[in-house]
Amino acid sequence: MSALSRRALVFGSLVLSGTAMAVQPGEQLKDAAQEARARKLSAELRCLVCQNQSIDDSDAELARDLRRLVRERISAGDSDSAIRQFLVARYGEFVLLRPPFSLSTALLWSLPAIALAGGIFAARSLFGRPAEAVATPESAPLAEAEKQALEALLARRDQA
Amino acid sequence: MIVEIGHYALVLALVLTLFQATFPLWGAIRRDAALVALGPYAAIAQFLLISVSFAALTYAYLVSDFSVSNVYENSHTLKPLIYKWSGVWGNHEGSMLLWVLILALFGAGVAVFSRNLPNDLLGATLAVQAMIAAAFLAFVLFASNPFLRLGPAPFEGRDLNPILQDPGLAIHPPLLYLGYVGYSIVFSFAAGALIVGRIDAAFARMLRPWNLVAWITLTLGIAMGSYWAYYELGWGGYWFWDPVENASLMPWLTGTALLHSAIVMEKREALKIWTILLAIITFSLSLLGTFLVRSGVLTSVHAFAVDPERGLFILIILIAFIGGSFTLFAFRARAMESGGLFAPVSREGALVLNNLFLAVAALAVLVGTLYPLALEGVTGQKISVGPPFFNLTIVPLMLPLFVAIPFGQRLAWKRGDLLGVAQRMVFAMGLSLLATLVVAYHIGRGPALAIIAIGLGIFILLASLDEIRERVMRGGTAGALHRLIGLPRTFLATALAHAGVGIMVIGIAFTAFEKEAIVSMKPGETVKLGEYSLTLRGIAPYSGPNYTSTVAHFVVHDGTRQVAELRPAKRVYIGRQMPTSEVGRHRVGFSEVYVAIGETSDGNHVDLRAYWKPFVTLIWIGPVLMALAGLLSLSDRRLRVGAPRVAARRPERLEPAE
Repeated sequence: MSALSRRALVFGSLVLSGTAMAVQPGEQLKDAAQEARARKLSAELRCLVCQNQSIDDSDAELARDLRRLVRERISAGDSDSAIRQFLVARYGEFVLLRPPFSLSTALLWSLPAIALAGGIFAARSLFGRPAEAVATPESAPLAEAEKQALEALLARRDQA
Repeated sequence: MIVEIGHYALVLALVLTLFQATFPLWGAIRRDAALVALGPYAAIAQFLLISVSFAALTYAYLVSDFSVSNVYENSHTLKPLIYKWSGVWGNHEGSMLLWVLILALFGAGVAVFSRNLPNDLLGATLAVQAMIAAAFLAFVLFASNPFLRLGPAPFEGRDLNPILQDPGLAIHPPLLYLGYVGYSIVFSFAAGALIVGRIDAAFARMLRPWNLVAWITLTLGIAMGSYWAYYELGWGGYWFWDPVENASLMPWLTGTALLHSAIVMEKREALKIWTILLAIITFSLSLLGTFLVRSGVLTSVHAFAVDPERGLFILIILIAFIGGSFTLFAFRARAMESGGLFAPVSREGALVLNNLFLAVAALAVLVGTLYPLALEGVTGQKISVGPPFFNLTIVPLMLPLFVAIPFGQRLAWKRGDLLGVAQRMVFAMGLSLLATLVVAYHIGRGPALAIIAIGLGIFILLASLDEIRERVMRGGTAGALHRLIGLPRTFLATALAHAGVGIMVIGIAFTAFEKEAIVSMKPGETVKLGEYSLTLRGIAPYSGPNYTSTVAHFVVHDGTRQVAELRPAKRVYIGRQMPTSEVGRHRVGFSEVYVAIGETSDGNHVDLRAYWKPFVTLIWIGPVLMALAGLLSLSDRRLRVGAPRVAARRPERLEPAE
């Protein structure tokens, strides 16, 4: 079983317990701008009972409840960050697919940048090396059989 | 009886790998050709034995032998023949058997094409490959045995997971595994070279065809998986940053970096340490991916703790091989100092840039995938790292890399002229700008970043094709065709693979402009989708061989003209009573109308998600072109292992000028 089919299996088991589709027609808000906000927000909120799915993608009951909740809060006039705070207070940071920058996620967010800087620094040494270093100390002299093979190849090339 | 033969063949294969892991290695170190010569025979025999084993399991599936536990769990008599066959690897045990089969295939491949390999390198490489095979054969036999019997045999099987009953499943896992596991031979070559101390340009040349084979199949495997998820999972996404997808992306990123760094090692004897390290890292990431997918650690750290046998087994293999190879590397790294000099702005410099960004991207994916597990393990705090994190980190890493492609492939070795290269590309740049403006005008309003990305994709595509034109037209139209045919295939392959990157970037950027409709419809109603409209004609039940389904009948109109009929369906498979979605798609050029249906309420309404997806197929056409370019490069005669080199065609660019 492959990586993706494995993912599909997870998806499949969710279909069993859930309804049919992710966002459903009846759930949508009348106001197009508000609905667009709801979609954008839902895409960054985790369906807590699923494996790595946003509530916008998921078929689970819980995801549907959360989608409704998000839309209720939007209709009530809450800002995006207020809705996020509300959900974090309820479910913890686990609900956010984009982990906020904090002490415990500092390494997560900074490691790619640190690695890039370190890589650039390391690459600089490639450019300034003295020419004497070209010698390859580990290459052993050719064995007799290898010498013969080389000569045969060279002879063949000369004929061609 | 046949099943027992398969089981027995697997045991024999394990014994044989122990033999292959020791004697050829001893021969390589003692420079004893007779001992090394045992290696190829053992590798081929090992492959034959595992083939017998695999054939036996396949037979059990084809005849629906439910006395075999694995067949009972994953098959059903009503299942169409192709899925009985592909079901062999549609489950954990069978897929691990496929894993070792492919491992043995690559070992046997080296054995067959070994004539021009140095004797000691051959012995050490085959021995390391056998060590990997021994570890995984032991895993299959002791922790994931597909040949266990059930008594008494049940009358009917439990069926293959319906989502896996798709032609995509017949192709995707074997392709992905060929790539994933293919890097084992790259690893074995690197470890073998470290053991016998042959780390030089010739080694890079010997490595290249194997590296290419693994890269081509991994590229195709990932693209195939992405396409399959797109049409099978029913919401039209092509990449989800799921940990199991990341597991295949990481070795692809480092494998692609390896492909590029090996060129520098081959041409200039530089980047040796880094190239060897990349070869080790790439297969280590394959092993890590296998661990992540197979151990259940992804579902939760706790699920892993409850049933740790399999996960622990692979974890031990993982630590042994990564630890062993890094120790070997640490001992030998000092001996590898050397290499040609080059300026930062040069072909080598561009390839270093490529490696830097690809390696950091792989690291970002690795950190994002493992961080939640590590944090939970250490502090107990649960966080999620999802698509927003990966988009925020990977996209900024990929953009500079993409910008560098057209420049990098034109820079001269050792010292390049960036301004001169830019001047040579004025034509391609102007044309790309013009094309982008035309696209932006047609789209109207939209996110600026997506428009810029489209422009970048067009630029990469045109600049790559323009480089071919430039080479062919050098010296006028007379003899242009002759020059085209005479171009080195590696040169053409580079240009085409990079054109493939451009095509993929265009396809991905266009997803920002898709149109979506989520509605509930009655027969006779119509929904607008950009320039197209979708009308529901009716809803009807249908019975397939092992499923029942509800089929919605749509017609697609372009203005007033009917252009297609679509029949998306909702299926329920009889064996597992599980629903799946079959989407309806209508292709227009490279774009698609995409419809998935959900619930049908009161037999009259149907909920649906419909999309207009402009240029979506480019997302997969790009990688397919990259893979084809890889094949072209593989066919270059200069790359055939040990092929005698007739005078090079363009010494001014291909030879280390020292």
